[in-house]
Amino acid sequence: MFRNLEELVNQAREAGQPLSALMIDHEAETSGQTREAVVAQMARRWQVMVQAARRGVAGVEARSGMTGGDAKRLWDYVKKGRTLTGSSFLTAISFALGTNEVNAAMGVICATPTAGSSGVLPGVLLMVQQRLQLADEAVVQALFTAAAVGYAVANNAVISGAQGGCQAEVGTASAMAAAAAVELAGGSPQQCADGAAMALKNLLGLACDPLAGLVEVPCIKRNAGGAAIALAAADMALAGIRSQVPVDEVIAAMYQIGQALPLSLKETAQGGLAATPTGCKWKELLWNS
Amino acid sequence: MKYRSVFDIIGPVMVGPSSSHTAGAVRIGQLARRLFGRQPQHALIRFYGSFARTYRGHATDVAVVAGLLDLDTDDPRIPDALSLAAQQGMEVAFSPEQAVPTHPNTVGMVLTAGDTSFQVVGVSLGGGLVQITEVDGFSLRLSGESPALLIFHRDAYGAVASVTQLLAGQRVNINHMEVSRSDRGKLALMVIETDERVEPDLLRLIGRQQHITKVVTLNT
Repeated sequence: MFRNLEELVNQAREAGQPLSALMIDHEAETSGQTREAVVAQMARRWQVMVQAARRGVAGVEARSGMTGGDAKRLWDYVKKGRTLTGSSFLTAISFALGTNEVNAAMGVICATPTAGSSGVLPGVLLMVQQRLQLADEAVVQALFTAAAVGYAVANNAVISGAQGGCQAEVGTASAMAAAAAVELAGGSPQQCADGAAMALKNLLGLACDPLAGLVEVPCIKRNAGGAAIALAAADMALAGIRSQVPVDEVIAAMYQIGQALPLSLKETAQGGLAATPTGCKWKELLWNS
Repeated sequence: MKYRSVFDIIGPVMVGPSSSHTAGAVRIGQLARRLFGRQPQHALIRFYGSFARTYRGHATDVAVVAGLLDLDTDDPRIPDALSLAAQQGMEVAFSPEQAVPTHPNTVGMVLTAGDTSFQVVGVSLGGGLVQITEVDGFSLRLSGESPALLIFHRDAYGAVASVTQLLAGQRVNINHMEVSRSDRGKLALMVIETDERVEPDLLRLIGRQQHITKVVTLNT
């Protein structure tokens, strides 16, 4: 049992175990299932994530006509081999975009922690899996570390855009992905927590202001941003960089900022990008047709 | 703890585009239908807060109807729920409301079949997790994650004890319970969430107890 990530990190350090192992124990205990059954359930969810990401980079279109095809565009560009950042990084971005395009097209995805932020974690983990040549079992295990971070945010703050803005969705997803990536690369529980803290810090204050209220613009590309920040944070943590503000305090700050955000910036399609001339044009087109 | 399982965080597996406005809405519709105990012939669906402003974009309307058809959150037929409902003779009407709700993602429903009708209010908490907050005018907090009994009874001493004794006798463990009433001495509602499913024989026995007027079950 743990109330926040500091408690979980301390328990992991004392037990000499990764965060994921403790989270699997926790789930087995609270659900009354065996560890094997819990891991098998997570493995099925990983398969849903992989399928959605692959479907996305093959190219999908949303019914609104507003989004689709960008993951494929990026994927084709990566395959040509001449990029600024490199194919590894852009693999994460392509899969993050692709998953969220499938979501916008009313396809089947796994929410991580929400549907609007469902691209960040699969994007990062698919890239880390390829880069470090990991078996699916290792990635499935790391999903529990991601879940531990999301669980702490959900229970101590909020994870819905309507309550906390985009920082609560993509911010949380990015923190989850950073922690999982750090664990997969061999980082300590404390480094996982620092990675999560640095990712979330970079997304604090982000408004939830989608055009016409659809989980499309800017949500899909913010999944790309969330994945990029998660990777930057994970590498910083692995290099031994600490977050000056501990992760639980960052989560508390996110909650407080979410409370302070006006309703117009919390999934109501009333402010921010939704209220720009382009946003108003799409609202007019999609709401009154 | 609002979220108890890692699969509330890594999950649900669902049809997009929004866990709160689509998957959560499917789940509220499904819980409402299961509490009603049948498929409604008519459903009036009222949206409040963020739901009222953005239900078209998130397909919240389609999602609630999918739930009323008892589709799960990952059912690929969800996008076609409105035409499925029409085929099955279920009439639906939507009404975006101005009133400011306690929770930003609130939906109220009036379900009718024949001469019975049922009112239910639900909220979507985020990440697909929901809560039923009102049934026929009574306040409650029902997650739908555990099997549950909603027992309408006269507000009199002994009513609660008669039910809990019967459950104890059949080794059914209660994990959450609450009681609310309309007015002192009038009608009350006890909501009992249990670890085990409650078998039909025991339900019939509970329904025959003094003061009990109606028993509604929710099996997950």
